[in-house]
Amino acid sequence: MTETAQKAAASYTRPAARLLPSPTPESRAFWTGGREGQLLIYRCRGCGHFFHPPGPICWRCRSTDVGPEAACGRAAVAAVTVNRQPWLPGLPPPYTVAIVELADEPDVRLVTNVVGIAPEEVRVGLEVEVFFEEWTPASGSADDRVWLPLFRPAAGTDGAENAQ
Amino acid sequence: MSPVAGGPFGGNAVITGAGKSQVGRRLGRTGLDLTIEAVTRAIVDAGLHVDDIDGIASYPGPGIPGKGLSGADTQQVRTALGLRSRWYLSAMETAGQIGPAIEACMAVTLGLANHVVVFRSVWESTAQASAGRASVLFGGGELPPHLEYFAPFGALSAANWLALPAQRYMHDFGLTREHLGAIAINARRNASLNPDAIYRTPLTMDDYLAARMISEPFCLYDCDVPCDGATAVVISRRDAATGLPRHPLTVESVGTGMFERATWDQRADLTTMAAHDTAATLWERTSLRPADIDIAQLYDGFSFLTVIWLEALGLCEHGKVGEFIDGGERIALTGALPLNTSGGQLSGGRLHGMGFLHEACVQLWGEGSERQAPGSPEIAVVAVGGGPVGGAMLISTR
Repeated sequence: MTETAQKAAASYTRPAARLLPSPTPESRAFWTGGREGQLLIYRCRGCGHFFHPPGPICWRCRSTDVGPEAACGRAAVAAVTVNRQPWLPGLPPPYTVAIVELADEPDVRLVTNVVGIAPEEVRVGLEVEVFFEEWTPASGSADDRVWLPLFRPAAGTDGAENAQ
Repeated sequence: MSPVAGGPFGGNAVITGAGKSQVGRRLGRTGLDLTIEAVTRAIVDAGLHVDDIDGIASYPGPGIPGKGLSGADTQQVRTALGLRSRWYLSAMETAGQIGPAIEACMAVTLGLANHVVVFRSVWESTAQASAGRASVLFGGGELPPHLEYFAPFGALSAANWLALPAQRYMHDFGLTREHLGAIAINARRNASLNPDAIYRTPLTMDDYLAARMISEPFCLYDCDVPCDGATAVVISRRDAATGLPRHPLTVESVGTGMFERATWDQRADLTTMAAHDTAATLWERTSLRPADIDIAQLYDGFSFLTVIWLEALGLCEHGKVGEFIDGGERIALTGALPLNTSGGQLSGGRLHGMGFLHEACVQLWGEGSERQAPGSPEIAVVAVGGGPVGGAMLISTR
């Protein structure tokens, strides 16, 4: 990990609370791939395209030969907002909400938080990389854990120089 | 596809009456009570008796997790009024909050009913006062499916989901906060002339720019105001409307298209929305053109959604909305395109889509009083929704 990435990772403090997903058979890979450090995105084996959110059929070619595959984890910011309204106790603003486009397939986008960088410095075009934040839901069951894919400025890039 | 003469309904679908309940904050009245007030006012306005109403339709219907989002469903209103219905419907998966009005046009044209009352009712203000915003959004339980990929990242509000395309639009096309402010200020100016509006004190650009930020670029004044209230219209078949007191308003066309997946984040072009597909279908069904529009009632759940509708409807070019609304003169009550003449949802109150259809009727009937657009407007466009939700209607005095 580069010095920039180390500093970025270090500057992020995980919040006390998040609203957690209840994974379905189709979304479980996405929410638990982080256990192995993998960003698992549905991919069509018919046409080869990734797609998101996951589902039982490829929306492009309608093949049902689909399933989760590891994406490379690199992405670029397509849009970003700094949320300044407290919506949930334990999740204090400000924080970024961003749409990132996967390097593997730019029209596959994830909504996420870009962290490890000052919120107001996140720009369209910023190259980012995934990392995962593990959460145990209120049930307390380890079997129900999820790994949220968050993003931070990509190693070896400087956010300010990288932004368009 | 070439348009059918007289539009998709052949000129048979007309609006014969409109009604609005008391509108306010924390009124403490039930949703059904407000709904009945709006519905009966619309029926009386049409010169009809309750027993003449043989159809009823509403958005969104039962099963909505946040109960403030639906004051009453179709069956509750039928039951309360003892209606003998030949056709009825509620729908949420339809062309936005005016979708059921579009379905009603089909029903009267096909002869399934003669007079359909269509309503939308909300009591978000009371619901939020008693239980808090989060309960209205989530109903307190598991995340609903449409929030699965948003809520874990604190994207808990439509303010967040729509701030994202707004930011991208500003990045790509140079739209500014002052442009968004012009929409909010225009709404407030019109609301000051509307006795039913929630916020009526003047709003300056300085006030706007200094307001508390919610989710950039949206400040408090870019977000609409929850309220309690209901609106209704009566949609009739033209031959059943003979002899009624009002000049019937013709539904010239409707926009119902959605060409991409129903998501808030996966649309190929992040600077367009379902609104663009909705508008495409509106225009393919009529020989009228954007230049024919006299007044526009365009959804402003967030100011940016009005931006999207202005360009989606072809009232200005893609990406050029900033220039179009710059300074706000063009969209003012006395401008070339009076916009959101009742104060919209930003200042008038979040009547959730149907308020715009109600206001278009009021304006075309020339009954806007202080807020009446000058020059006897003859053609109005109504467009509602944002993100993967969109519906539009073109109505005229012709």
